[in-house]
Amino acid sequence: MIEIHEVTKSYGGNAVVDRVSLTLPAGGLTSIIGPNGAGKSTLLSIVSRLMPMDTGKVLVDGLDVSRTAGDVLARRLSIMRQDNHITARLSVRDLVAFGRYPYSKGRLTAADAEHIERSIAYLGLEPYQNRFLDELSGGQRQRAFIAMVLCQDTDYMLFDEPLNNLDIKHAVETMKLLRRLADDFDKTVVVVLHDINFASAYSDRIVAMQAGRLAFEGSPEDMIVPSRLQAIFDVDCRVHAVGETRLVNYFE
Amino acid sequence: MQADAKRIAPSTILLASAVLALVSMVAFMTIGAKGSWSFLLSFRGTKLLGMVLVAYAIAVSTVLFQTISGNRILTPSIIGFDAMYTLLQTIMVFFLGAAGAGSVDPRLQFLVETAVMVGLSLLLFRALFSGASRSLHLLMLVGVILGGLFRSLSSFLQRILDPNEFVVLQDRLFASFNSIDANLLGIAAVATLAVTFVLWRLSPTFDVLSLGREASIGLGVDHQRVVTLLLVLIAVLVSVSTALVGPVTFFGLLVASLARQLTPTASHRYVLPVAVCIAIATLVGGQVILERLFSFNTTLSIVIEFFGGLVFIFLLVRGSAR
Repeated sequence: MIEIHEVTKSYGGNAVVDRVSLTLPAGGLTSIIGPNGAGKSTLLSIVSRLMPMDTGKVLVDGLDVSRTAGDVLARRLSIMRQDNHITARLSVRDLVAFGRYPYSKGRLTAADAEHIERSIAYLGLEPYQNRFLDELSGGQRQRAFIAMVLCQDTDYMLFDEPLNNLDIKHAVETMKLLRRLADDFDKTVVVVLHDINFASAYSDRIVAMQAGRLAFEGSPEDMIVPSRLQAIFDVDCRVHAVGETRLVNYFE
Repeated sequence: MQADAKRIAPSTILLASAVLALVSMVAFMTIGAKGSWSFLLSFRGTKLLGMVLVAYAIAVSTVLFQTISGNRILTPSIIGFDAMYTLLQTIMVFFLGAAGAGSVDPRLQFLVETAVMVGLSLLLFRALFSGASRSLHLLMLVGVILGGLFRSLSSFLQRILDPNEFVVLQDRLFASFNSIDANLLGIAAVATLAVTFVLWRLSPTFDVLSLGREASIGLGVDHQRVVTLLLVLIAVLVSVSTALVGPVTFFGLLVASLARQLTPTASHRYVLPVAVCIAIATLVGGQVILERLFSFNTTLSIVIEFFGGLVFIFLLVRGSAR
């Protein structure tokens, strides 16, 4: 369970995250949606202790993220950011192997090798595993970074806009993969998403933020309704039920 | 995948560079050896030890500095670490006079300089990292500007210095691999050993640090603590090399780039020792060639800086300067 208590973060008197309190139960896939500048990514960075908060507290399974030793937390919670710029020349396999660092501190054991093998296979990266990251397409790179997170094998996995710059095929594949992490591996997956329809189709829970505050939270059925979306995004839209999925049409 | 076959194993590269370093060291000790071995050992031996220490200090400090800054063309000297050294020397000659500066125990001088350089880098780092923006690039920029300030201050003081004292100062400041100060070797070796011990303890984090701040934190590395510690160790290593031979700007860049270019992996387990071996081979081998083949003695630093500068320009033009 991730418990967020009254978290505030401001830059120069401007609150980017403003007294947000939120509890995310263990298991399932939670999407965080909201307009640009709503504080979604900042909140995710605070939860994953990449950014200190001004006030408030975040507990992951009861561990206070600002006090717990880095490597203890790294075995519980992992994060994949949107900008993965790496200057070092790494092969896919090298990158995935970094996921084992919290466990083995660089000395890979047989068990680690097995994890690496499995993560690479799970993402279908075997053909590219010895290629360097800069020799891959955007989609393959993205998969390599997801494989690293998978290899870190934490109960909580956070993804900051993982669908950025992906075409439809790769975006759908990525979301299906995150869904499987929650379903098959019992992981707690938290994703920041821009596309409401992806959030609607793949989430168990949707959290909406607006201007640094928590606007709404609930199941896709509760959240994907015109009145709420209008309040969150300030856009007129219609919601159509297609099978079990609710799709938002905001083009008209 | 066809690239797999072309790739040479990193251990082969390491072995080759180690052999190269060893050959140059043996050549330095034996070529043209006349007279008793006890004299040769102490005379050439101290010089060799000095050069090996300098090569080690420059190679390790540059590679690690590039790792924590995530940048392939930055070196400690570019952010003004050795401009600081120049300023300290200038201030000393300015206030104590040439005779006074000459009479200070070089070991004491080394300790004071190291302490000042470590203190300064810590101060710079703390001031920048306790603020809202925790950017290494800001640190670099401030370093570059401070380096400029130190250089201008030095040249100002040098301009109003007595000409005789200026000659003494210039002699101290000019990088020379011939006039390694033997009095300093002991303390420099101890400092280097101590640094190496701490580096050894930190070594598992090096590869993770090259992923950048956020990925390192995500993998459980206490980024701020490790980077601060590394900057201190780098400051000590830069002090060791500048105290022994004076400031050298591009040598570190030359060996670090060569090592990263030659080693087929980014793993520090290979890059660091390869860089050290290349540094030793370049420095000692270059000295052998200049002393024995061309029998002129003073210009190794100029030759190395020339090639280092070319590598710097090449890297800039090729655009790896992100």
